[in-house]
Amino acid sequence: MSLLKVSELSIRYNKTAVVDALSFSINRGESVGLVGESGSGKSQTALALLGLLPQQASVTGSIRFDGTELVSASEQTLDRIRARRIGIVFQDPMQALNPYLRVGRQLREILVRHKLAHGAEIDERVIEMLGRVGLSDARRQFHAYPHQLSGGMRQRVMLASALIAEPDLLIGDEPTTALDVTVQAQILELLEEVRDDTALLLITHDLGVVAGHCERMLVLEKGRLVDAGATTSLFASPGHAHTRLLLDAAPRIDRASSLSPATGASILGIEAVSVSYKAFGNEQLQAVYDVSLSLRSGETVAIVGESGSGKSSLVRAMLGLVPMRSGRAVYAGAPLEGPVEHRVKAQRRDLQLIFQDPVSALNPHMRVQSIIGESLLVHEPGLSSQARRERVAAALGQVGLGDEYLGRYPHELSGGQAQRVAIARALVLGPKILICDEAVAALDGSVREQVLALLLKAQQDTGLAIIFISHDLAVVRAISHRVVVLYMGRLVEVADNAPLFSRPRHPYTRGLIDAVPVPNPVVAPKKAPLRGEVSSLLDPPSGCVFHPRCNYATEICKSKLPAARNLRGARVACHHADEIDMSL
Amino acid sequence: MSLLDNRTIRVSGGILLAVTVCALAGPWISPHDYLATDFDRQLMSPTMKGGQVFGTDDLGRDLFVRTMLGIRVTLLVAIVASAVSLVIGVAYGAIAGFVGGRVDAAMMRFVDTLYALPFIFFVILLMVVFERNFLLIFVAIGAVNWLDMARIVRGQTLSLREREFVDAARLTGVSTARILLHHIAPNLIGIVVVYVTLTIPQAILVESFLSFLGLGIQEPQTSLGALVDAGVKQMEVASWSLLIPAGLLALILLCFNFLGDGLRDFFDVRHTG
Repeated sequence: MSLLKVSELSIRYNKTAVVDALSFSINRGESVGLVGESGSGKSQTALALLGLLPQQASVTGSIRFDGTELVSASEQTLDRIRARRIGIVFQDPMQALNPYLRVGRQLREILVRHKLAHGAEIDERVIEMLGRVGLSDARRQFHAYPHQLSGGMRQRVMLASALIAEPDLLIGDEPTTALDVTVQAQILELLEEVRDDTALLLITHDLGVVAGHCERMLVLEKGRLVDAGATTSLFASPGHAHTRLLLDAAPRIDRASSLSPATGASILGIEAVSVSYKAFGNEQLQAVYDVSLSLRSGETVAIVGESGSGKSSLVRAMLGLVPMRSGRAVYAGAPLEGPVEHRVKAQRRDLQLIFQDPVSALNPHMRVQSIIGESLLVHEPGLSSQARRERVAAALGQVGLGDEYLGRYPHELSGGQAQRVAIARALVLGPKILICDEAVAALDGSVREQVLALLLKAQQDTGLAIIFISHDLAVVRAISHRVVVLYMGRLVEVADNAPLFSRPRHPYTRGLIDAVPVPNPVVAPKKAPLRGEVSSLLDPPSGCVFHPRCNYATEICKSKLPAARNLRGARVACHHADEIDMSL
Repeated sequence: MSLLDNRTIRVSGGILLAVTVCALAGPWISPHDYLATDFDRQLMSPTMKGGQVFGTDDLGRDLFVRTMLGIRVTLLVAIVASAVSLVIGVAYGAIAGFVGGRVDAAMMRFVDTLYALPFIFFVILLMVVFERNFLLIFVAIGAVNWLDMARIVRGQTLSLREREFVDAARLTGVSTARILLHHIAPNLIGIVVVYVTLTIPQAILVESFLSFLGLGIQEPQTSLGALVDAGVKQMEVASWSLLIPAGLLALILLCFNFLGDGLRDFFDVRHTG
């Protein structure tokens, strides 16, 4: 008999069904992936399993967990099941942990509440659990507050709290989406290690994660179950068009790019740029340290690295949004100097930025027409309002949106549409360089594909140069000519796309590539390639900053900072780059 | 969604409108004059006869006309004082928040200094230095109310300044004035409107309080606060002369508070929707 049996589950808000007649079951010890785009009802399903839906939701159908009916169950019944029999890990651990309670106390609560341990045994079990999820020095972390832990550590604590009562079912609701790929790989590996025979329902938009960690998968589209089956067979032959769509849209790190090389003239040079911020007191936080790079017109250069690697700081300093501490940037022969307000108009017109979150990048009180038209108002003040309107409509058309969007407010747009509007705003001035700061990270797979296609088309049409900041190496591999890898603000490696992905020269690059989940269930997921997490920027390690996480580190790495040097077409900062072979 | 779909806004706004219309039209319709004393008719209880629906005071003046006059003065004080605090507070707070750094620090320390002044003491001092003056009440109330407004607007601006659409505008070269006017200000509207409807009752209360202490509006002019003050002295023989202005004052205050609540909900809905 199955552990969880959901039949004809429907969830409605004001008659709008977000989950529609969903039926599935999970056996003991099984791992099942629930995939779909945003708005497909994945999270609503998870919340329904735990009886955590808001009151306005009307739930019909049946959820039977180990013989107990959960739909319309009393709070007492649910209380006996939540945390005790079904554990959950949410996407954002900072929101799921109470910031005012020490970590140990939050875990204790579960044991005490369900009377699973008594007296001194309680603390012992908590500490043991914290140790199992890989917190070094668990005894000390027991007394830590959530804000004292890194994102990855917090998610480990969440996992510990979900598993401490030894539940029969563990639900992971996008448990690794907010984490860096390297940390994601660690957490997923940990999930496999510690869950023993606990069944797993893994909710995710990332087919790579499902491929590596789930035996079966369920595909949701707009609240309906459209496909279900063994992961391997669904990947091999999708039963439904939507599954095929999702699979096609999943970026593949294991496939080479088909871009033709960029041959334009050099347009932008960044020379030995450093950026630092004032931290507490007089401490300086060195966000970017001595980074140089160049860009040709028509070329896409990707900047990759974990969070805190200085990707955004580098381009923000170049754009004049934050001060540059030293070094310089040269655009078309003229220096880019001082804060953005002091720069000449031509530079402000030629360099445009696209942000990660389109919703916060658009003024909620302005209509699309004024949002896009504003740049024209500034740079081409002579334009009549009719001509401006036409230019705006043309820019909208370029990103595939019709005239009917001119009068809309940002909150009336979907995420993908909002990002198109942001791109139209940037393109309307005919810029020479477009900087995309995680511009597709917040978008669903199919929408991401469309937006990327749009950027590539703009590049082909106008010879636009693109700086593409991303943490997603699979996307980077598909669209960039050259890749710059940063670690803790230091340049680690720069190489052309093909050599970088086939033969990375730096252990960090290799680690990043290996950490990306491959949407192919036949390939076993690699063991998490990079251990630990990024060190504190306030107190960087001596020598090569990467040495604490590097498998090849020797004495020299601990004492001497490696200078970037040229190595067969690549530029790499590693003492041992020519000794170790890291081909894939 | 229109403003009028919200029942709280509809009801409280409707009552306020009715009260205002009465206050404006009442003295004009009534045959009595607010100044005319009639020593044959002192402390008359409310009666329909001769249209003295609120009765008369100890000098035989018609209380209906005086109360309507008091409402005018009270509403005027409230609206002018709020407008003063709105203009100064929003401009001051938005500039401090947007410019930031040292300018912000200096501007906000000035606000803190003003906060430290004991308000009543400050008003009494003003009264002593410049004779009693109708205008002074506006100045005194406005001088205190804009401080809160400035703080709230500054806080909001600080967080708006970090939003990406402001960065986007800076990058394309939109001028600072235009950013303040087109990007920051519209996003402040919600919180400012709500806060204004909350400062209006505050200003009314302060005016009433000052008049009650004898520091506010001067005879023969009157306000609701002054009428309550007079009513208190007569309350054993003429309870209506206290109850009517006090009741109207309470009604107006309640309506403004409800209006504020309603507007807050209204703006919330638009943001989440």
